[in-house]
Amino acid sequence: MAKVTVGIPTPLQKLTNGEDSIELDAETIGSAIAALQAKYPGIEERLVDEAGEVRRFVNVYVNEEDIRFLENKETTLKDGDEISIIPAIAGG
Amino acid sequence: MAKDNGFMKALKCRECGREYPLEATHVCEYDFGPLEVVYDYDRIKKSMSRKAIELRPQTMWRYRELLPVAGEPTVGQQVGFTPLVKADRLAKRLGIRELWIKNDTVNYPTLSFKDRVVSVALSRARELGFETVSCASTGNLANSVAANAAAAGLKAYVFIPHDLEQGKVVNSLIYNPRVIKIKGHYDEVNRLCAEIAGKFPWAFVNVNMRPYYAEGSKSMGFEIMEQLGWKIPRHTVVCMASGSLLTKIHKSYQELSKLGLVEAPEDYTIHGAQATGCSPITTAQKAGLDFFKPVKPNTIAKSLAIGTPADGFYALRCMKETGGHGEDVTDDEIREGIRLLAECEGIFAETAGGVTVGVAKKLIASGKIPADDSAVLCVTGNGLKTLDAVIGHAGEATTIGPRLREFEALLDDETKSTAKA
Repeated sequence: MAKVTVGIPTPLQKLTNGEDSIELDAETIGSAIAALQAKYPGIEERLVDEAGEVRRFVNVYVNEEDIRFLENKETTLKDGDEISIIPAIAGG
Repeated sequence: MAKDNGFMKALKCRECGREYPLEATHVCEYDFGPLEVVYDYDRIKKSMSRKAIELRPQTMWRYRELLPVAGEPTVGQQVGFTPLVKADRLAKRLGIRELWIKNDTVNYPTLSFKDRVVSVALSRARELGFETVSCASTGNLANSVAANAAAAGLKAYVFIPHDLEQGKVVNSLIYNPRVIKIKGHYDEVNRLCAEIAGKFPWAFVNVNMRPYYAEGSKSMGFEIMEQLGWKIPRHTVVCMASGSLLTKIHKSYQELSKLGLVEAPEDYTIHGAQATGCSPITTAQKAGLDFFKPVKPNTIAKSLAIGTPADGFYALRCMKETGGHGEDVTDDEIREGIRLLAECEGIFAETAGGVTVGVAKKLIASGKIPADDSAVLCVTGNGLKTLDAVIGHAGEATTIGPRLREFEALLDDETKSTAKA
């Protein structure tokens, strides 16, 4: 089990009592989402669709690396990892 | 009340359809889907006619009802209505019957299509009570925000990747905003801005103001149709960073059709252009996929260097619906595209324009744009902004002493070598 921090974006802070940073124990991104859901019921459905995949407009990063370049939900975590959840990137 | 919102009705999620009030918010709370402005087309139909539009000033605001500003625009009133140039020499070179260049290299005030989206975003930001405006940018947007904010008396912060072309950096600094360079690529700059936008009461034109901002791109499409005599072009080639411009060109064609302002369109096709070094969308299109794989950008076309394009899905859908193709070009092909456009039509475009021309060349050569057809190329920014990309690749000047004899000898040599060739 790794001790990680999850950054919660503004649109989801309503579900986490206004907390923008949550500490969790989790092995993978998938279990981190499950742990978030256990603490804040309802958050999982925002992040994951009916097929169980991370929603396509939800970007998840581990230490600033997009999980799509890693192992998506199966990406393993280590102590001190920082996870951030950000809506999709727009042009400029 | 309808009067308070102009011709706008609400913001709506493009994924799940949930509606939101017309405030500075850009993502659906439910699934992070992007929000889009929804209009009251019945009321708009009564207000817009070809005659009415033709009498209005020659700016992008002649299509006011379809732009998301409730009252009169207070920023960027002079923007748009750039030339649609008939490009006969380039058409011949590329092997197509008819070619037009929508020339935003001369857009006012900062020589790129960004002035369209910024004037909308800043006018709307003012309506919503913001005093500080901001953006994450690969350059053109920062220039535009800085300039338009200065003219409007708004405070501005612009965030850019640290390795942006010098021309673009100075082009923003000169208007006296705060310019912050981020040690990362564009996607990282944008991510930071999303976090800042969550904490500070600023109007980030391409973050929390994005639904309004994006709509400004439609004006490019409206103008193309009007300038062609109220017709939709048979083919349109649009370069893609986030993919937003392509989707909004499509929307503009659909809206004027819906309002009965253009002749009932036969088929029209919209093609997408990217740089090979950052081609998540065109790669997906060529593979027949509905989704793209994010990439790490590596191209001289910095203005198109977005590895995780927010409108990628929708751009793919537009191309699919209209039978369009995605194609990409290498850095050398980009430079060739810039040179071709300049040599044939006297238009100096930045790297994104080189991408568009280079891709059009490929699509015509492969028959994906039939030689017998007509096409419009959307050229989005001026070449002076990306000089670095063409220095050393624009041919050479010859040096002689200030003597008539030397000049005549030079001409003589050139005549001889032309005769040989």
